[in-house]
Amino acid sequence: MMVLFSVFLLTLLVITAIAIIRTTDLFVAVMLTGIFSLLMASVFFILDAADVALTEAAVGAGISTVLFLGALALTGHNERSLRPGRWLAVPVVVAAALIVYATFDNPRLGDPEAPVHQHVAPWYLEQTPELIDIPNVVTAILGSFRGYDTLGEVFVVLTAAIGVMMLLGTRHGSAASPVRPASASNGLRHHLIPRVLGRLLIPFIVLFGLYVQFHGEYGPGGGFQAGALVAAAIILYALLEGEGPALTVVPLSTIAAMMAGGALLYVLVGLAGIVLGGNFLDYSVLLSNPVSGQHLGILLIELGVGVTVCGCLLSIFHAFAARDIH
Amino acid sequence: MALVIDLLSWSLLSIGGIFILIGGIGVLRLPEFYTRMHAASLTDSMGTILILVGIMLQSGASLATIKLIAILVFMLLTGPTATYALANAALLSGMKPGGSAAANGED
Repeated sequence: MMVLFSVFLLTLLVITAIAIIRTTDLFVAVMLTGIFSLLMASVFFILDAADVALTEAAVGAGISTVLFLGALALTGHNERSLRPGRWLAVPVVVAAALIVYATFDNPRLGDPEAPVHQHVAPWYLEQTPELIDIPNVVTAILGSFRGYDTLGEVFVVLTAAIGVMMLLGTRHGSAASPVRPASASNGLRHHLIPRVLGRLLIPFIVLFGLYVQFHGEYGPGGGFQAGALVAAAIILYALLEGEGPALTVVPLSTIAAMMAGGALLYVLVGLAGIVLGGNFLDYSVLLSNPVSGQHLGILLIELGVGVTVCGCLLSIFHAFAARDIH
Repeated sequence: MALVIDLLSWSLLSIGGIFILIGGIGVLRLPEFYTRMHAASLTDSMGTILILVGIMLQSGASLATIKLIAILVFMLLTGPTATYALANAALLSGMKPGGSAAANGED
């Protein structure tokens, strides 16, 4: 039954991908990208990767669609017609054929004998209850065993956000730009139904974000997903009430502090490990009981991840939104 | 008793599936944007309610039912709002209800 679902979803994925390539209307392409992400999230969920599915749904289908729409508002709705020569198809076809040929050597989907399931995964599964003692092994791997990787990811997100800010050249650090035309910053203020609904839902979205943040050790979730969810709630507020009120709620200075502060918290937790006599990002030494130390360390670094991701997504959104007006 | 619940829940699931099927056919076959949206909202409201209630009967009195109720409330709040926003955006962009040729097939 699950195989049937998977095949169905993967077929839809291929159809969506072809539709994205073939459409020349960028607005349609953005909407299809959102659908693609939602389908991808479903596939991840069927494969029992709930953590990844949550990230894909929140970031891929939610926030990146909004960011794409923000970018579209700056550029235009139609793809520039660009006709590359036919000969370009030859290397593409050859490369695709090679990739397809290479997949024949892959182990079958879900094969328990596959190298990826025999290498370090059994060790993680065996040692997590003993060393870290939290039910969600994914969080244990991301937060503790592979803490370096997650640290790198946080800095990738931070760097991306800084890059967007530099590219779009936002200089609206000083006050809430008074030159802004009233009509542009009003959002959907004259639409009563979405506003009422938004006010109803935003607290629950934030609450769910916090749940995902602090429940990540027990269920699917963690810093990345929580950051994206909270950012989505604030972006929804900005879309409904206008950018000005959203900047009053979370000012740019706070966003900048969140971006840097979360990454800093992560690094500081790592350094605390060194100071207390362990290795960098070794949480066992944080408390007298190694297992509690691991819990504390994972909680703190997940908090850092969530705060940074939330700040970065908000800063990217505001960079696009501020640019929109000029 | 279990048989009655099973019968009830499966009939609800089937009727919900039929509603969604009708909605899908309507989106493809109806002449213009607003009528198509009407068909799409049918899947949102009737289809979702029937299928979720059908699953609730299957899950019985458990945490899953409470989650399903939360999902149902969420869908009932967001579905009509999305339809409203869509219709409003279409009207503002100058699409007149009733014009059959003016429909753009992308939705």
